[in-house]
Amino acid sequence: MKDLKLRLGQSQGVLLAILVFVLMFTLYIANHPAGLTVPVATTAANKAVLLALVAMAQTLPVLTGGLDLSVGMIFIMTNCVASSLVSGDPWQVAVGIVIVLLTGALAGFVNGAIVVYGRLQPIITTLATGAVYYGIALLLRPVPGGEVDEDLADIMTYTVFEVVPTSLVLLLAVVVIIWLPFRNSVIGRGCYAVGSAEGAAYMSGVSIDRSKLAAYTLSGLLAGVAGLMLTFITFSGEASAPIGGTYTLNSIAAVVIGGTSLYGGTGGAIGSIFGAFILRTIDDLLFVFDLPPLWQPLFQGVVLLVAVSLGAARVFRIRNRLELFK
Amino acid sequence: MTDPQASSRNAVHPGSAFWRMQGIGKRYGGVVALEDVDFACAPGAIHAILGENGAGKSTLIKIAAGVVQPSAGKLVLDGAEVTFATPQAANSQGTVCIFQELSLMPDLSVADNICMAEPPCRWGLIDHREQRRRAEALLSRVGCEDVHPLELVKNLPLSRRQMVEIAKALGRNPRMLILDEATSALTAADVEKVYEILRDLRRQGMAILYISHRMHEIEELADTCSVFRNGRHIETFAKGARSDNEIVQLMIGREYTQIYPAKPVRETRPVPELEVSKLSWSNRLSEISLSVGKGEIVGLGGLDGQGQRELLLALFGVLRGVSGEVKIDGNKVRLSSPRFAKSDEIGVALIPEDRKSEGLLLPMSVRDNISMASIGRFTRGIFIDRQRQNAEIDEMARRLSIKVGDIDDPVATLSGGNQQKVVIAKWLMTDARIVLLNDPTRGIDVGTKQEIYQLLRDLADAGTAILLYTTDYDELIGCCDRVSIMYDGRIVRELTGDAINEENIVASALNLTLDGQAETAKPAGEPL
Repeated sequence: MKDLKLRLGQSQGVLLAILVFVLMFTLYIANHPAGLTVPVATTAANKAVLLALVAMAQTLPVLTGGLDLSVGMIFIMTNCVASSLVSGDPWQVAVGIVIVLLTGALAGFVNGAIVVYGRLQPIITTLATGAVYYGIALLLRPVPGGEVDEDLADIMTYTVFEVVPTSLVLLLAVVVIIWLPFRNSVIGRGCYAVGSAEGAAYMSGVSIDRSKLAAYTLSGLLAGVAGLMLTFITFSGEASAPIGGTYTLNSIAAVVIGGTSLYGGTGGAIGSIFGAFILRTIDDLLFVFDLPPLWQPLFQGVVLLVAVSLGAARVFRIRNRLELFK
Repeated sequence: MTDPQASSRNAVHPGSAFWRMQGIGKRYGGVVALEDVDFACAPGAIHAILGENGAGKSTLIKIAAGVVQPSAGKLVLDGAEVTFATPQAANSQGTVCIFQELSLMPDLSVADNICMAEPPCRWGLIDHREQRRRAEALLSRVGCEDVHPLELVKNLPLSRRQMVEIAKALGRNPRMLILDEATSALTAADVEKVYEILRDLRRQGMAILYISHRMHEIEELADTCSVFRNGRHIETFAKGARSDNEIVQLMIGREYTQIYPAKPVRETRPVPELEVSKLSWSNRLSEISLSVGKGEIVGLGGLDGQGQRELLLALFGVLRGVSGEVKIDGNKVRLSSPRFAKSDEIGVALIPEDRKSEGLLLPMSVRDNISMASIGRFTRGIFIDRQRQNAEIDEMARRLSIKVGDIDDPVATLSGGNQQKVVIAKWLMTDARIVLLNDPTRGIDVGTKQEIYQLLRDLADAGTAILLYTTDYDELIGCCDRVSIMYDGRIVRELTGDAINEENIVASALNLTLDGQAETAKPAGEPL
C-alpha cells in the first residue's frame, strides 16, 4: 500500500501527462467528423511518433542535467542520409537502415565525447555540433529530394493487421527494446544519479563519463530512428533548418510537459512521449474546431506554460520559503 | 629504511597495522596540506583523528579514500604499495568513507542510493527486488526500519539521510571505514545506534577511522587517538594516555585556557529586545513564547529537529503563515521576508545552518560574500561605494581574524572554520540588533569555536540580543545566560544560572522531569 502510494507520488508528472493527453485526444475524436477510425488514428500517430522519438532523444541528456540542442539537426541529418541509402534491394535497404542509425548514434557520441572529455557545457556544445550536423545535411541534400524504399515506407506508415498504426508499434518497440532496459541498467541509473547530484554520484563510484556518453549516444540513436521514420513519411530527404529547429524546441517542451525536470535526475522517456502527443494533439484540436492553423504556436505556448505552472504549483503549498530554492 | 619516530608513533598496535601511510605529503599549489605523514591503522580498532580545521585531517582521509592523490609518499595495504586513482579503486580495496558532505543523490530512492555502486543484477539489469531486500536489511541494521526503501532521499530529514549514508557505506563491506563528522546531523538516539554499530564492527575486526570534533564521542569510542596539526602527524597514543587538556593543547599547540568567556553576573533581567508570544507555524511550532534581552545570549536546546530551526527561520521572515506575535524593541512587527528582517528598522541577522548553501556564495570572493547582506549601506546613487565598503570589509576580516591568502579569493578555498567566520562577518556588517545562530560551530575546530564564543560574548556585551541554537550541550552550558529547551515544537523548559547543567538539559530534551529539579528549572513562560 505504502509502496503504491510512493510509486504513484513519484510518477505524478507522467500520470498527469497521460491524463491530459487522453482528455485532449478524446475531445479531438469526439469532434472529428469521422470519429475514431483507423485512418484518423494512423495519421495522428504518424505525426505524433516523430516528435515522440525526438522528445525521447532529448530526455536522456536532460536526465543527466544537460540539454541537447542538436537532436533536431541529427533528426534532419539522418533523414537526408536515409533518403540516399534506404532504397534498392532488401539487402541494401537493411544496410542503409543500419548506417542511418549508426550515423545518429555517432553524432550523439560526438556530442557526449565533447561534453565528457572536453568538459564543455552541453548547451553550447550541442548548439555548435547541431550547426555542424545541419551543414552535413545540406551537403548531402542541397535541394530536397532522394528516395526511400516505398514498400517499407508503406508498411511503416500504415497499420498492423489493419488496426494498430505501425508507427505506434515502432514507438512501443523502441520503448521496450531501448528505453526500459536502459532505465533499469546500471548505466541508465548512473544517468539519473549524475543528474541528481554529480559530486555525490562520483563519490558513490558511479561511472560518470560512461553514463553521460551512453546518454548522448543513445539520444543520437533515437534521433536517428526519428529521422528514418521521417523519411518513410515524406518519401524524401530535406535539409530544412526550420524543421530541425522546431523539433529541437518542441522536444524540450515535450520533455518538460512529460514531467522530466530540466535540472536532471527525475522523469523519464515515457512522460516525454505523452508530452509530445499532447503538443501534437493541439494542432488536431485546432483543426477539428476549425480554427486557423496560425493559432497553433499560441496554443502550444499556452499549454507549455500551463504544464510548467502545474509543476510549479507546489510553490503555493510551501510555507518555508527556503524550500522554494531547492 | 625505518623511521624510528614513526614506529614509536604506532607503538599502540605494533606490527598489526594492515594499512599505513609512509611519508605522505600533499600540496595544493603553494599550500602544504600534509607533510611527511606516517600513519597506520590496525584492524579491530577505532582510531580517532583529532586536529583543528586545516590540520590536514580532511586531506588525510581524502587520500585514503582515493578522492585526491598524494604529491609524495606511498600507501601500503597488507604490505604492498597501492595507489587509489578514484574512490571506486579505494572502495574495491575495502576502504569506504562516509563524508561530511553527504554522498547521496536526492532524486533517487533510498534503495537506489544504498545499492548505487554495486547493484544486484539479473540479465544485465538491476534486480529491484534483490536491491530492495538488501536495502531493507541494511536499514534495519542501522535501526532505520522507519525509512521506506522506495522513498526519495530528498524527502527524508537530514538525520535520516545521514543514517542512510551509513547504511550505504556498510553495504560496501569495508575493511576500513572512515567516518568524517558522521554524527554531526544525527539525533541522540541515532548517535547511540551508530556507536553500537561501530563497536560491533570493531569486534568483527574492522579498522575504523573516526573524525569528530566532539570530545565526548572520542572518549566513548576510540581505542587510539592521533593528533594532527598544521599538516603534520603530531602524536598517536592510546585512549586515556592523555587528558582532555593535554589533547587540546596538542591540537592547538598553545596553552588551553578556559574555552568559554565568563558570563556576566546580572541582578535584574535586561530590557527585552526580542519578545515572542504564542508563535505557531504549521504543525512544527506551537505557542512559542520567549524573550531575548539586550546583551543576553539565550540558548535553544533540545534534540535535533524539535522545531528550533523553524523558530529561527520564522524570526527571520522565511516562513509563511506564522501566527502569534513578535515584538522587537517593544514594537509589534510582522516579519515578512529576510530582506525586511535585516532592514535597519528591524535589524535581525540569521547565521544559517548550512553555510555552503544558505550562508555563502561559494564561487564569489570573500570580499563579496562579506558585503552581500549590507551592500545597501554602501551606495552612492545607484553605484556601490567600493572604497568605503572595502575599508569596512578589511576591518571586519581583521576583527574576526579570517585567515585568507587574498580577500578576493573565492570563499570556497577557505577552510570550514574560516568560511563560517565569513558568514558571521557578513551579518555583523549589517549592525544587527538581534543575531540568530543555527548551530554555528558544527564541524568547526576548537580554536575557531573559541573565537566564535568570545565574539558572541563581545557582541552581547555591546548590547546585541543573541539567540543561539546549538546541538552541543557544552555550548549551551558554557555560552548561554538562559537556555530554552524545545520538544516537539514547544518550549518545554527554561533554565537559568546553575540550572543550566547537562543533567537538566538532557532530561528536558527528553521531556523528563527529574526529582529535585523543579526548584531550579522553571517551566517555560513563567516570569522569573
